[in-house]
Amino acid sequence: MSELPGDLLYTNEHEWLRREDDGTVTIGVTDHAQAALGDLVYVELPEVGQDVESGGDMAVVESVKAASDVYAPIDGSVAAVNEDLADDPERINADPYGDGWIVKLQPSGAIDEGALLTPAAYQALLDEEDA
Amino acid sequence: MPFIPHTKEDTEEMLKTIGAPDLNALFDEIPPDLLVDSLDGVPEALSEMQITRLMHKRAARDGEPLCFIGAGAYEHHVPQAVWDIATRGEFYSAYTPYQAEASQGTLQTIYEYQTMIAELTGLDVSNASLYDGASGLAEAALMAVRSNRKNKSGRILLAPGVNPTYEQVALAIAGTQGIAFDRLTMDSATGNATTLPDDDAGPVAVVIQQPSFLGTLEDVDRLTDWAHARGALVIAVVNPTSLALLKAPGHWGENGADIAIGEGQPLGVPLSSGGPYFGFMTCKQQQVRQMPGRIVGRTTDLDGEYGFTLTLQAREQHIRRTKATSNICTNQGLAVTAATVYMSLLGFDGLRNVALRSHRNTARLIAGLTSIDGIDRLFDGPHFHEVALRLDRPVAPVLEELARQDILGGYDLAGMMPELGHAMLVCATETKVDADIDAYVEAVEKIFTEEARRSA
Repeated sequence: MSELPGDLLYTNEHEWLRREDDGTVTIGVTDHAQAALGDLVYVELPEVGQDVESGGDMAVVESVKAASDVYAPIDGSVAAVNEDLADDPERINADPYGDGWIVKLQPSGAIDEGALLTPAAYQALLDEEDA
Repeated sequence: MPFIPHTKEDTEEMLKTIGAPDLNALFDEIPPDLLVDSLDGVPEALSEMQITRLMHKRAARDGEPLCFIGAGAYEHHVPQAVWDIATRGEFYSAYTPYQAEASQGTLQTIYEYQTMIAELTGLDVSNASLYDGASGLAEAALMAVRSNRKNKSGRILLAPGVNPTYEQVALAIAGTQGIAFDRLTMDSATGNATTLPDDDAGPVAVVIQQPSFLGTLEDVDRLTDWAHARGALVIAVVNPTSLALLKAPGHWGENGADIAIGEGQPLGVPLSSGGPYFGFMTCKQQQVRQMPGRIVGRTTDLDGEYGFTLTLQAREQHIRRTKATSNICTNQGLAVTAATVYMSLLGFDGLRNVALRSHRNTARLIAGLTSIDGIDRLFDGPHFHEVALRLDRPVAPVLEELARQDILGGYDLAGMMPELGHAMLVCATETKVDADIDAYVEAVEKIFTEEARRSA
């Protein structure tokens, strides 16, 4: 298992968040998630401008063997979606923390970092799942 | 697919393994007050011999009537080979199998079916079929809502020619899922949509039936372009036989309909008390992820040989659970097999001949019936193989008298569309010869003149 990027926050649903300088939050699925899903064949993206609620589903990633919801980790609205995934969903497999980002959210309030996982806490979750 | 029986010992061993005392224990979760020992109106079981006698007796009552009823299900000649082939052991249990790729023949049959239906409707993709035409409209409405996410209204607008039964079925299925159906108003002279409202809200989708339920031909290009200009998707409801003559939904207007559905029964499935029939559904490539049901694709295996496979399964119930595109989990495999054989045997020219002959026969029927004093067409304009007629008297007694002469004279519209007055639908497919049509016209003429004499 590769190193987890240290500058990201994580969720129990195997998603990551990056707080951008412009106030938006970029979200994707972790390397562990993409490996578990296998080759991705389709990503269903939300509409830009759509409101999302923490814990609600906002996108779907579909592989040859499964389809999984991507949940909004925070309240906010969709600021951008990764349009490149429409033609090239495998970007998520190839570069889950970079080109494979899925959605950028504009948070509607302060982000409760306590509800999210630090890299160490997420690593502990992965270790627990492996055990 | 092999038949694997199990013995009493097998059953007992399985029950022991899962820790159930007997088979009834498997149904423990059904609350006792919902269990019934008998059903009112359902008599005690009969022996096989008794039931055979009873059914023969009932069948004899039907006679062998001349049928001029359409209204959504149509009598067509079904070549003997169709059901000879469809009921071969290899096809007879033609569900899309659970171990799908082990059944290459079944998958290929569905693939060929999909290819022909996609070609007939002029659209990119077909699924492996749906339950029937009416439920197909519900599935198409739900699909449009999933596809057209920008429009949150849940409003589906129906052209006046959409079969009222389809609307009822679609409402029963989709009405509880936030979908509402509205109708465009009917022009009483043409039976088609009147001026189109400049509705800013715009519906999710517009449903256009061609030919319409009342047998008219709608200006599908105008309606399609109007709908698309409002950001609505277009759902076409079409009769497959008519597509040998009429413009395919994929070519309606500037950009074509987005989804086409219809009743597949005219393609080799006999009329039998309302079913089993099958529904077909095709769509543009952009909508394929939202299409319900199974899709068979062609692929290349490791050895470079072509083969058939279920594709896009992640939309389906066994993977996406509650978020599947539909809870339709199987298709009408046997009826689809028959349709595939029917279309293969006839070919496009054969289907065109069926359509042309049906059109010609209906024209002869209209000419004959409207020459009778007291019968007119309800709407002018071109028709396919069915038209609405207006009578100067209630329809039911006329149809009853015809039935006594072993003629099923038409479909009385009084129940479903009383606002049309004394109106009925008549249809003459290729199964009728001139003598049949003339005999029908003569019988109606006699009823009308005898009644005139009696009241004189």
